Amino acid sequence: MLRALPLVFVLAGVVLYAVLGGADFGAGIWQLLSGPGERGERIREHAHESMGPVWEANHVWLIFVLTVTWTAYPVFFGSVASTLSVALFIAGLGIILRGASYALRSGAADGRETLLIDGAFSIASLITPFALGCTAGAVAAERVPVGNAAGEPFSSWLSPVPLMVGALSVGFAVYMAAIFLAADAVRTGEREIADSFRIRALAAGAVAGAVSIAALIVVHADAHSLYAGLVHGGALATMIISVVAGLTTLGLVWTRRFEPARGTGALAVAAVIAAWALARNPVLLPGLTIDQAAASHDSLVTVVVAVLAGGVLLFPSLALLFTITLRGRSGARGTAAAATLADFPLRATPTAPRVAVVLFIVGLGMLNAANAGWCHIIGVIALFGFVIAGFTAIVPRELADDS
Amino acid sequence: MLTFALALAPVHQKYLLEARQMQALSFTVHIPLVCFGIAFPVMVMFVEWLGIRTGDPLYRTLAQRWSRIVVALFAVGVITGTILSFEMGLLWPNFTATFGGVFGLGFAIEGFSFFLEAIFIGIYAYGWNKLSPRWHLLSGVPVVLTGFTGSLMVIAVNAWMNHPTGFRLVGGKVTHVNPLQALFGNPYLWSELIHMYVAAYMVTGFVVAGCYAFAKLRGNWTRYHRVALTIPLTIACLASPMQLLVGDWLARDVAVSQPVKLAAIEGLYKTTHGADEHILGWYENGQVKDGIAFPHLLSLLAFHSWNAKIIGLQSVPPNDRPSAINVVRISFQIMVLVGSALAALGVLYLFVRWRRRSLPTSKWFYWGVVLAGPAAFVCLIAGWVTTEVGRQPWVVYRVMRTAQAVTGAGGIPVGYGALVTAYAAVAVAVVWILRRLARKPLELDPVGIAPSPGGPGTLPTTGSPA
Repeated sequence: MLRALPLVFVLAGVVLYAVLGGADFGAGIWQLLSGPGERGERIREHAHESMGPVWEANHVWLIFVLTVTWTAYPVFFGSVASTLSVALFIAGLGIILRGASYALRSGAADGRETLLIDGAFSIASLITPFALGCTAGAVAAERVPVGNAAGEPFSSWLSPVPLMVGALSVGFAVYMAAIFLAADAVRTGEREIADSFRIRALAAGAVAGAVSIAALIVVHADAHSLYAGLVHGGALATMIISVVAGLTTLGLVWTRRFEPARGTGALAVAAVIAAWALARNPVLLPGLTIDQAAASHDSLVTVVVAVLAGGVLLFPSLALLFTITLRGRSGARGTAAAATLADFPLRATPTAPRVAVVLFIVGLGMLNAANAGWCHIIGVIALFGFVIAGFTAIVPRELADDS
Repeated sequence: MLTFALALAPVHQKYLLEARQMQALSFTVHIPLVCFGIAFPVMVMFVEWLGIRTGDPLYRTLAQRWSRIVVALFAVGVITGTILSFEMGLLWPNFTATFGGVFGLGFAIEGFSFFLEAIFIGIYAYGWNKLSPRWHLLSGVPVVLTGFTGSLMVIAVNAWMNHPTGFRLVGGKVTHVNPLQALFGNPYLWSELIHMYVAAYMVTGFVVAGCYAFAKLRGNWTRYHRVALTIPLTIACLASPMQLLVGDWLARDVAVSQPVKLAAIEGLYKTTHGADEHILGWYENGQVKDGIAFPHLLSLLAFHSWNAKIIGLQSVPPNDRPSAINVVRISFQIMVLVGSALAALGVLYLFVRWRRRSLPTSKWFYWGVVLAGPAAFVCLIAGWVTTEVGRQPWVVYRVMRTAQAVTGAGGIPVGYGALVTAYAAVAVAVVWILRRLARKPLELDPVGIAPSPGGPGTLPTTGSPA
């Protein structure tokens, strides 16, 4: 149980990344498919804006997945990363290109620059989920043996099942993004944009569904043990949930209920990932079960505690971010609060320079002359005190006024 | 030497040096961004607080403009940080596979810190007009705290690599793993952590101040520029003398816990009582040539004793010594000499303030501040080169060799070339965007500048779904 628990966290991270990060990737891809003219520009603008302030947050899920994996299943991580280094490196380059072009866009001065930057952003948004999907597909299709780069560097992921999973990842990303963008457009009152994305969502949903069926056929032909796992027991039940959720989503989009469609769409993606995980359970890599791959007991306990404690901090913070950014402007309520802030010497106090000098000397003595650990603690505190006292003695604000 | 079982079968990697350089490049790109993530929010918050306290719109304008730079640099930091976590597997799979259970926890917690920092930077950057001033200011506090915990975790892992504890090797296998002991029970963690944390303030302070010093030299010298110069400059000028003392503390820890690294830093071949310290010079055939020798100074500095014994490189077999002694030595000397120059600049600034009660007027001082930004960056990288190259040939000191950690995959030179190209492009892009942001005309608005869609530095306010 303990040995599988971090894997549950990792899969939850994968689901969140696939849904939230995937929607961001999809929004980038839609910029590529925006069409010409002013309408296309508005669609691109909307896709860009909706990524908004949660841009970084959505992509940190990937870091969460990586760090928990290498802590809890080190051998699995090392084997996968070394054999699939080419696919992962391509994903890494995609992440660099995507992030750089996103940051750049805010500096673009004219339409030509924006178009160029959006193009780079869209291509990166396409490459990254595709390469990551191929990586996941190669693991699912048992293409990664245990060992340091023991598998094929190219054919391990450039083979039918991984490529189908890559395509599926892109399909899901595009589908989720269209739903999310339609919902955003409704909230911001842009009906026309919402309609554009409704059509796109329906088309993308049909394509994603077709790719899913094609993927199943390819799995049947190329990775029979995975197929056998998928059509039995819990995996089959989860697959059915996914199909139902996917069809419900299409229905909700058809009837323009985009907000609930977000939830059912996310459920469909989560169920697909869960089904594939259940189909492979309890094997991570050929000849390596979850129990064999798991780190030692103490490592697992600490990482589980860390993830739970981190989650307690993380989810309320995320909720706060979404609440604040989705809320409208609350107006300036500033002036009243200003007066209640604690008093602080804005002018130089005559003792501050002397205090700073004394603290520096204390720091020198305790940190550099003395050798005991407790002296060093006092020394460090004294030196931080020196910086703060020195800062109050200098009063940079007053300096700026005088010159 | 102990026999040691790797988690994955050993391989031969022809391009080990290229793999190390690729990792070094990734760190060199990432670390300055980390510095800005740690120290810049503190400065922005201070300026915002001044604005609330005085009601002067200038401070709010400055804080808003700076907060956009925080966001842009953090966004780039997310990329470079993701690349680093990829490289843990792409370049060093056997290190991660063998010791992931020991040190991995640090990165897992760091991941959460990073996540929380991203969230609250989002709240801070997009909340200017959505939160009351006090709540907005408070929303910066988690950014500062997570900046500290994030660096604590990463330095904890690095300190563990320098002084590995929290596990046992039984029959060559890693057992009895205690991750908390490994990461936080390491007495040599704290000096390294504080050294890095203070470095972040020096780098950020001098780089930001350097930009406004350059503006002054070009004739832009309004009150806005003076505020934007004096706050980061004062922090950096106070941090740099402190850093000399912290650095001395760290060096004494290194002398105890990693004697071979100290020997490489000083180019000391023979174990010596009352060892000399050499400034400048070149290490060759077991001695430092053309350096200025200070008798007994090394023993004095390292152990506070005239005749203390300093362990030389000779104490370990040649293949257990760093191969690039001069790289370690020269990096260390660059860090100390340039760092001392920065401390001197800091003391000069503090002295002028104390005696003349004003800013220095000489244009040479402002040229010094302009240079101090890149100089602080050079010190930062030189320090990391010293500690990382000085630990070689080990990735985990005296336990695992870097050659044992490296990937067996081919194509490292191709990946290296691609990464160099990509990062060169990012560097050009960052400079371009920062110049664009800086060129935007000043707007003094007491309520705040609502970001205009598509304008420089603006990021939209509608969000992805929860």
